[in-house]
Amino acid sequence: METQTLIYIFVGLSFAMYIGIAIWSRAGSTKEFYVAGGGVNPVVNGMATAADWMSAASFISMAGLIAFLGYDASVYLMGWTGGYVLLALLLAPYLRKFGQFTVPDFIGTRYYSKTARVVAVICLIFISFTYIAGQMRGVGIVFSRFLDVSIFWGVIIGMGIVFIYAVLGGMKGITYTQVAQYCVLIFAYMVPAFFLSFMITGNPIPQLGLGSQVNDGSGLYVLEKLNLVLTDLGFGQYTDGSKSMIDVFCITLALMVGTAGLPHVIVRFFTVPKASDARKSAGWALLFIALLYTTAPAVGAFARINFIDTVNETSYAQAPDWFKNWESNDLIAFQDKNNDGVMQYRSGDAFEGAPVFAEGTAASGAREVTNTPNADSENEVYVDRDIMVLANPEIGNLPGWVIALVAAGGLAAALSTAAGLLLVISSSISHDLLKSTFRPNISEKGELLAARLAATAAIIVAGYLGIYPPGWVAQVVAFAFGLAAASLFPAIFMGIFTKFMNREGAIAGMVTGLAFTFGYIFYFKLANPEANVAENWLLGISPEGIGVVGMVLHFIVAIVVAKMTARTPMDVRRLVDSIRVPRGAGEAHAH
Amino acid sequence: MVDETPPDSSQADEGETNATENAYWRDNLRLLLTLMSIWFVVSFGAGILFRDWLDQFSLGGYPLGFWFAQQGSIYIFMALILYYVVKMRSLERKYDLDD
Repeated sequence: METQTLIYIFVGLSFAMYIGIAIWSRAGSTKEFYVAGGGVNPVVNGMATAADWMSAASFISMAGLIAFLGYDASVYLMGWTGGYVLLALLLAPYLRKFGQFTVPDFIGTRYYSKTARVVAVICLIFISFTYIAGQMRGVGIVFSRFLDVSIFWGVIIGMGIVFIYAVLGGMKGITYTQVAQYCVLIFAYMVPAFFLSFMITGNPIPQLGLGSQVNDGSGLYVLEKLNLVLTDLGFGQYTDGSKSMIDVFCITLALMVGTAGLPHVIVRFFTVPKASDARKSAGWALLFIALLYTTAPAVGAFARINFIDTVNETSYAQAPDWFKNWESNDLIAFQDKNNDGVMQYRSGDAFEGAPVFAEGTAASGAREVTNTPNADSENEVYVDRDIMVLANPEIGNLPGWVIALVAAGGLAAALSTAAGLLLVISSSISHDLLKSTFRPNISEKGELLAARLAATAAIIVAGYLGIYPPGWVAQVVAFAFGLAAASLFPAIFMGIFTKFMNREGAIAGMVTGLAFTFGYIFYFKLANPEANVAENWLLGISPEGIGVVGMVLHFIVAIVVAKMTARTPMDVRRLVDSIRVPRGAGEAHAH
Repeated sequence: MVDETPPDSSQADEGETNATENAYWRDNLRLLLTLMSIWFVVSFGAGILFRDWLDQFSLGGYPLGFWFAQQGSIYIFMALILYYVVKMRSLERKYDLDD
């Protein structure tokens, strides 16, 4: 059967499954809409958390980033898994014992303040929208490459699917579709990885393959060969990094703490029955995530070897089909600077900026690129890092059904994360802003309707951002983690582990962390991007890692202010006592 | 490691919780401190600060520091959560505070 037909079948079947699950698990009450009724099995919740967490970025982009960054990409691997240790040990069981619906619920109640709740809602909405724009772009990329529809229609279809199960099913619908989506995405990720690992090393387990010898008879280990090949072409060693140690340290810490502070991840732990289940569930979530995260470094390394083997010093006329497919999607370009018709892949940019294609073809046969060539480098090939995972099955000559599976997997990853984000946005509006702050008299039915309307509005905004991505989207992903690390995490942490932290301290801390981190990232990423070089950074910390400094400031300001202001009320101290012990979870606490 | 050591609030806690709950909480904090130290050492220590030194050893084809950064730390994170789940269950039974 033709690959294109297979893609339609795989994607169509997976979509039908998601809709079927949505209809089977409609939400009838706000409790079902916000936290799936609070009775989700910890293993099921772990799987749903993994799908919620692993976005288009994890599925599509991460292995590509690792392939091109080598050691430097370790920040993502450690940062995006180490956060689950913080969640399991420091936050999840206590938040579950607290037993409400949202993260601002906890902050508003623990700090006995509507202002604190509203500040938390602002942080949450900003973090979630930054994140969701990226998911919709992922949906657009997968649709336009694999389904031959325009990005516009791709995003519309994606929005329609999410609408059905997020708006109808709420958290309940999302939980069970996410379980299905996890199965699709992990299968789609592992199958090509087994093939590639077996092809390159003879060992089908990618985690072991990366530490094995290449089976080309050279007797070299995979990483040795990569280092050798890359230094030959003028790149740095794969196992060495170019980032400074303090920057690697801070980015890793910001990503870990940011992960633990992301509202759409935290809220998943409100859905299990007991506090001890929240701990278990975080463990399961990390296990399901680690399966992909320990495979990604292998996929990245194999993809880099494969890419160099097939592209470098090959004449364009003999370039493989996948090369030309991705070229026609603007994600690969070849500029024949020395006019020999052969592709030289070297260190450095081939030309300035992203490729701008003209009508017609150059003498080499490739699409004409009008960018100014970069005279400092012999490199002639431009390649977008995002294509590595999607192109891998084609680069490795794998059968058509594997390609179709990867297309369905990429969509599952993007849709599951988008749905989780939409839910926290809608519940923060209907529950935190309406029910708890501005319209306390709203009925259960009215609140449920408001939640559905808010989810619909959020889907439309997200879709718009996906179709017309503002230029700043790619620039501000650092916002989401930095802001979560500097604003939400410390406030929640001190709310559980101290009793002296009061309303004044918490609000001052959140505002300080938010303002500092926002200002620093805004300045270097948007206001003055030319200045974004290591010499100008505070202590040599890049905007990606600055959330750590914001977090430290949050702790200091909050503690100083709390020590100078009133003691926390007695009932709040009792609340802290009660969330610290697991017995009695499930009962909601009075506001 | 400024972020994971809870600020000392023991004086403020006195008189507001009963003795069993206090003892349970102290045991929990001690366990957390141990596990968070391991968390820090395997990722920030072995994977970042001492990576260059560890890279002189190797594990199969992996330089050891690189292995910690891209594989080992993740396996140890899983083990930490597993240990915490098991240990907390026995702590909660010991103090009769399980849910």
